[in-house]
Amino acid sequence: MLHNVTEVSAESLRDTIAARFPQGYRFITLTCVDGGATWELLYHFDRNYELSHVRVRVPKGAVVPSISGIYACAALVENEVQDLFGVTFEGLTVNYERRFMLAVEAPLAPMVRTPVAQAAARAGEMRM
Amino acid sequence: MIFPFLKTLFLSLRRGPATRRYPRVVRTPFPGTRGHLVNDAGKCIFCGVCARRCPAGALVVTRTPAHWTLDPYRCIVCGYCVEVCPKKSLRMEPWHRRESGGARGQG
Amino acid sequence: MNNATTSTPRRTVIPFGPQHPVLPEPLHLRLVLEDEKVVEAQPAVGYIHRGIEKLAEVKDFQQNVFLLEHVCGICSFIHALAYCQGIEELMGVEVPARARYLRVVWSELNRLHSHLLWLGLLADAFGFESLFMQIWRARERVLDLEEQTAGARIMLSTCTIGGVRRDLSAEQVGQVLRGLDELEREFDMFVPVVIKDATVKERLCGVGVLTQRQAQELGAVGPVARASGIARDLRVTGYAAYGELGVNPVIETDGDCYARTLVRVRELYQSLLLLRKALRHMPDSPIAVAVKGKPEGEVVMRVEQPRGEVMYYLKANGTATLERVRVRTPTFANLPALLAILPGCELADVPVITLSIDPCVSCTER
Ligand code: SF4
Ligand code: SF4
Repeated sequence: MLHNVTEVSAESLRDTIAARFPQGYRFITLTCVDGGATWELLYHFDRNYELSHVRVRVPKGAVVPSISGIYACAALVENEVQDLFGVTFEGLTVNYERRFMLAVEAPLAPMVRTPVAQAAARAGEMRM
Repeated sequence: MIFPFLKTLFLSLRRGPATRRYPRVVRTPFPGTRGHLVNDAGKCIFCGVCARRCPAGALVVTRTPAHWTLDPYRCIVCGYCVEVCPKKSLRMEPWHRRESGGARGQG
Repeated sequence: MNNATTSTPRRTVIPFGPQHPVLPEPLHLRLVLEDEKVVEAQPAVGYIHRGIEKLAEVKDFQQNVFLLEHVCGICSFIHALAYCQGIEELMGVEVPARARYLRVVWSELNRLHSHLLWLGLLADAFGFESLFMQIWRARERVLDLEEQTAGARIMLSTCTIGGVRRDLSAEQVGQVLRGLDELEREFDMFVPVVIKDATVKERLCGVGVLTQRQAQELGAVGPVARASGIARDLRVTGYAAYGELGVNPVIETDGDCYARTLVRVRELYQSLLLLRKALRHMPDSPIAVAVKGKPEGEVVMRVEQPRGEVMYYLKANGTATLERVRVRTPTFANLPALLAILPGCELADVPVITLSIDPCVSCTER
């Protein structure tokens, strides 16, 4: 079971995470779960072998603030999520433009669950 | 640095090469090695449990006509089917299949 | 004549990889050079993305054990272990004592062969071919031990939800213990060469220094973090039987390639110690318990791989298939550290530095 989960909104995400950085939390990784109409992003942290998580739910199509300005190591995983799920991060320090994990000819956002959602994600990306 | 290697050198000279002249000399697998899968067709009741459980989708079983087929290119030789078969009809043989194109199976 | 123009050297961009003689992994680095000095490095992966996380949402939770083992061709058992422990936590399964000890045995065999593989590749990277052969001969013995005990050299497939799938007879335990003694004799022959030889030191000492602060901020794990003085080893948390056996993280403080080598060399001996302890004190009990029902809930499970911490996030919904399986492998966590230490080094050192984080790109991409 997951313990120490803090639920935050997309607006307060950066502040929550910036507050953790000086406290010696290590950023482990970011997990994206396809929650139907929303993206569920889980930021995992470790301090002295103790796990804690920050959870953000955003509607699909919304832009998520990138935390790569706070934790530099988050840039790679945010690029991965951007590739595999089609989530758009705003303020990425390094942006691979959806070609970090996937080859040029690979399908976009392959981890999105239903074909309908996949189409929506593609449409969202067209607009940009 | 020369000295530890001198010792190794003498040992290697005494023990001979660590490699074999494959394919003339073939390594004997240890007993219990998962080499390849065989089915004692006499015991098989074609229930299809193995095919449903196989993580690689390597098995196709049909009741009529009674057919049990393994796609050796898909099989990851995990042995899960052996575990779940209700009739204990499957077993793992230690020898690996020969490279494709050659004669199949040594055991 | 004009200093201002001569002191700004021209920049060159060199693509390093994905096919590179010293790096059998398809990692591509875009290196920006000034003269022979690297000023910037940008990685590109994605050459071997296999979509295992996606496939894991289709296969049922039992089949996933075998699938997730294939995330990595080196620490296969430990991936299965992390996954099984996660599912066991979700389902409240108590693993029998003997199974926990056997899990340690196979985990440590995996660690031994992984570290030996890396040491061999390192020797190969700086052109010390005979050392490479010696080390890989020792590695072959570990693979033999794995085949003897688990039935396969790499894909052990012995971990299962609720325990392990194979037991060791007293005779096999004796065989492994004898094998370990032989292995230790081999280690004693090549280890002095690795750690004392002047040419080896020349290539490793002071090269690619990662400070403790960098390691912490960039989230480095495993030997990379430990070589920079961070005592981070998940085995300390006592999963499987590590709690009973006791693990003290191996730490070095210099943070250079040499320190990372020393950490791994010392971990070879640590693994031997753990293996002997586990084999000698293995309790008698069943090796697996039957698992009933379906998993439900969310869990994060972390275990220590040869390359560092691996994290599994599992989300189950009470059906046979999982909603989400997420794998964060140690190399993914160590890539930012690599990118931090490459700028400022010589082009000729790039292969050795890259190798010193022990990159495993196929598991990074999954
Ligand atoms: S599970 Fe056993 S009996 Fe059933 S089809 Fe497969 S091999 Fe035959
Ligand atoms: S050994 Fe594994 S992969 Fe091969 S047929 Fe049996 S279950 Fe399938």
